[in-house]
Amino acid sequence: MEHYNMNLTLKVWRQKNKNAAGHFETFQVKNISSEMSFLEMFDVLNEQLIAEGKEPIAFDHDCREGICGMCSMHINGRAHGPWHHTTTCQLHMREYKDGDTIVVEPFRANAFPVIKDLVVDRSGFDRIIQAGGYISVNTGNAVDANALPIEKHDADEAFAAAACIGCGACVAACPNASAMLFTSAKVSHLALLPQGDPERSIRVENMIRQHDKEGFGGCTNIGACEAECPKGISLENIARLNREYLAATFRGGSKNSI
Amino acid sequence: MTLNSKIPAGQIDAKWTTYKSTCKLVNPANKRQLEVIVIGTGLAGASAAASLGELGYKVKTFCFQDSPRRAHSIAAQGGINAAKNYQNDGDSTYRLFYDTIKGGDYRAREGNVHRLAEVSANIIDQCVAQGVPFAREYGGLLSNRSFGGTQVQRTFYAAGQTGQQLLIGAYQALERQVALGNVTQYSRHEMLEVVMVDGKARGIIARNLVTGELERHFGHAVLLCSGGYGNVFYLSTNAMGSNVTAAWKAHKKGAYFGNPCFTQIHPTCIPVSGDHQSKLTLMSESLRNDGRIWVPKKQGDNRKPNDIPEEERDYYLERRYPAFGNLVPRDVASRAAKERCDAGYGVGASKQAVYLDYASAIERYGKVEANKLGLENPSKEKITELGKGVVEAKYGNLFEMYEKITGENPYEVPMRIYPAVHYTMGGLWVDYELQTTVPGLYALGEANFSDHGANRLGASALMQGLADGYFVIPYTLGNYLADDIRTKSIPTDHPAFVAAEKEVSDRINKLMSIKGTESVESFHKRLGKIMWDKCGMARNEKGLKEAIEEIKALRKEFWSNVRIPGDINEFNPELDKANRVADFLELGELMCIDALNRNESCGGHFREEYQTEDGEALRQDDKYMYVAAWEYKGESQYELHKEELNYEVVHPTQRSYK
Ligand SMILES: Cc1cc2nc3c(=O)[nH]c(=O)nc-3n(C[C@H](O)[C@H](O)[C@H](O)COP(=O)(O)OP(=O)(O)OC[C@H]3O[C@@H](n4cnc5c(N)ncnc54)[C@H](O)[C@@H]3O)c2cc1C
Ligand code: SF4
Ligand code: FES
Repeated sequence: MEHYNMNLTLKVWRQKNKNAAGHFETFQVKNISSEMSFLEMFDVLNEQLIAEGKEPIAFDHDCREGICGMCSMHINGRAHGPWHHTTTCQLHMREYKDGDTIVVEPFRANAFPVIKDLVVDRSGFDRIIQAGGYISVNTGNAVDANALPIEKHDADEAFAAAACIGCGACVAACPNASAMLFTSAKVSHLALLPQGDPERSIRVENMIRQHDKEGFGGCTNIGACEAECPKGISLENIARLNREYLAATFRGGSKNSI
Repeated sequence: MTLNSKIPAGQIDAKWTTYKSTCKLVNPANKRQLEVIVIGTGLAGASAAASLGELGYKVKTFCFQDSPRRAHSIAAQGGINAAKNYQNDGDSTYRLFYDTIKGGDYRAREGNVHRLAEVSANIIDQCVAQGVPFAREYGGLLSNRSFGGTQVQRTFYAAGQTGQQLLIGAYQALERQVALGNVTQYSRHEMLEVVMVDGKARGIIARNLVTGELERHFGHAVLLCSGGYGNVFYLSTNAMGSNVTAAWKAHKKGAYFGNPCFTQIHPTCIPVSGDHQSKLTLMSESLRNDGRIWVPKKQGDNRKPNDIPEEERDYYLERRYPAFGNLVPRDVASRAAKERCDAGYGVGASKQAVYLDYASAIERYGKVEANKLGLENPSKEKITELGKGVVEAKYGNLFEMYEKITGENPYEVPMRIYPAVHYTMGGLWVDYELQTTVPGLYALGEANFSDHGANRLGASALMQGLADGYFVIPYTLGNYLADDIRTKSIPTDHPAFVAAEKEVSDRINKLMSIKGTESVESFHKRLGKIMWDKCGMARNEKGLKEAIEEIKALRKEFWSNVRIPGDINEFNPELDKANRVADFLELGELMCIDALNRNESCGGHFREEYQTEDGEALRQDDKYMYVAAWEYKGESQYELHKEELNYEVVHPTQRSYK
């Protein structure tokens, strides 16, 4: 692939900490190679800032392979930027051309307070999982893995739901800042498997309760989440969550729900 | 101190059973009084913490990411081995044991490896029970694929996201224990010191990475599950934050470091594209199942790969190793790629790459599909279309990742690949119980040195991490803590905590006060270059000696000229990085010392002076059949202790994959 270099203008959200007011700051970056990843372009900018004696921009990242879910930039108004099914770290600079201006913000949601610059607190996701996103099986209690055949179709669908990386782009993309796509991905993954059956009612009830308690908004079926999800988590999962929830309440709720 | 590996007596296949039925136990009431600190929430840490929480211990977990679910294990792609023999292709516990010992080039302990093979099957059962969505066949049963260094199909997988699915399984088990109040989790926390009381590990000092505050945490025992140190090379397939800090602090407090120079260079990674490169991306070994590796037969051939006719391609792995072909172990495949590129046959702009080609797999699968569909005389296009569908189902996410990074479509054009640093077989020395040389301090997963000898086979790290966490530590930790039930929690105003915290804050203050001119990143890059050039895929005495001096000089420069912006008491990623790079600058030297000491080639450690006529690694069993365990004695001073390896079951031979 032919590569080229470019100069860019970046407008980046700066915020000292959770309580400080934030603002946009403008930077020029030069000689960015089209072969760089978006985060490598930020590395270049940060090295430049350090050399100038300024504070580099804080952003979350770790694997840089699109799987850990840590990176989280809102780029020109879109969670993880313009590429379909792509995390920020996998976006590459060949998307841009010389002279472009790029606006970068953190993932915004009341339930995701800013920690610094582009870094937000997504610990609410852990608490939603704690509320029921598991199968209660202690180590050592398992039967032989092949004693429980699972139809390939169900297994594949469960896998597709389990592919969620917990990045929060769905929340950032949603006008209501709802985390329903994330929550439904876990409910679906476990509801599609026979192992998940015994706890299906209590799981969906408690996870939704925690979702609301965290301050995530309600789902009004807008679909922006699905469009921005880097892992292609489908809205079907929200429909399934709703069915699970209805069934659970129809059964009079779970005896164990807290 | 003489090293006691504590391998139980008896026949190889009875050792673990004997251990389990004779080790000491802790009763449930006492467990509630015992506190355990787990550093790391990857496969090893999350599985250990969840299992110990279930048993009733009071557990605290720490990770530097914003959630335990993001530990680097999440990135593992290809699969996890287990001796289930579901394929009826001749697999057994013994064979997995044998393959691992041989794959490790006879530098691993037989007792440990056999235990690993024994518990491997339980891992798959446990994961399935948790809801891990492994790939399945149409009949509903689990699917397997093959991996390098074996001739059976024993690898379980979930598309190219096996690590993610296994980690999410362990994470969910962990979060359940958090909900039940058995585990408290600390994310965005970095452990920076071990606290020792009366010669035992009794806690840690951790830094809250959001506020910068230092915290003291007590534990009756401390488990280090902090992963590998491949990032000492700067460029590796590891996540950006992966580091050696936890293990290194333990080392400086008395834990010996085992075989630090044993590094795995993975043959199939996307090649470096320029100076801006921040990390390297793995293309899973599972791709070698179906892909064929080649270079042009002509040196410096600049034609496009698809323009090079079949008879002008050199499938060098198939040529050199007919029995294993493209599935030779990683060390062998990596060296073979380097050999071809060094000899001038490399491809791509940098000429530091070889092709991994899917054309024949697409054709083969396409024909099978056409047959299944009952198509008579399918066109070439139809076959290709069907074949691409099969390849996409198996490796789709990897192909997509390749295309995102390189801008090239690997279904049409062969991928360019080159070896890259991937895994560290070395790590903290542990005995059979996973205890380091410091009482009460344990190391699990990639952080220990234990099971893979000089070369790890593919799909065995996930197996080892989960074996350690789910099935080994719950027994061996109990055996230690049974003697500790009378020890009350030590208050964290104890002088040992105060002193340890002061050590950490002094060091941080020192780093911040340097106010030099060069960034942490640039020191890290320079260290990485020394390591890759002189302690990488091929090593020699002269280069290693130079590297040691260069690293010392670089370390000195770092401590006098590093520039860390920002403040201590705030979210400051540059400071986090500086803490890690400072430790890499010490570890790098020890790796070179170890590589220099080991006058032989084995597995991933290739000393140019020691090779056979046809360029294969030449071991020196009479001199180096030992684990090199290094004791820290002060800056640049390390004392070597040897743990001799005894092979009672497998007879070491010159490894051959021909
Ligand atoms: C790209 C890639 C693909 C791979 N594919 C496979 C595969 O297909 N099959 C296979 O078997 N193996 C594979 N491996 C290897 C395998 O993934 C790792 O060896 C294994 O996951 C390591 O697990 P772990 O639990 O030991 O450590 P990790 O998963 O690395 O976890 C380390 C943990 O320690 C924490 N930590 C580290 N330092 C500190 C500190 N100072 N303070 C607090 N917390 C700390 C981190 O936050 C993290 O939670 C792959 C590796 C890579 C890089
Ligand atoms: S559903 Fe998609 S966007 Fe939301 S957290 Fe999961 S992977 Fe991210
Ligand atoms: S850094 Fe891991 S998904 Fe982007």
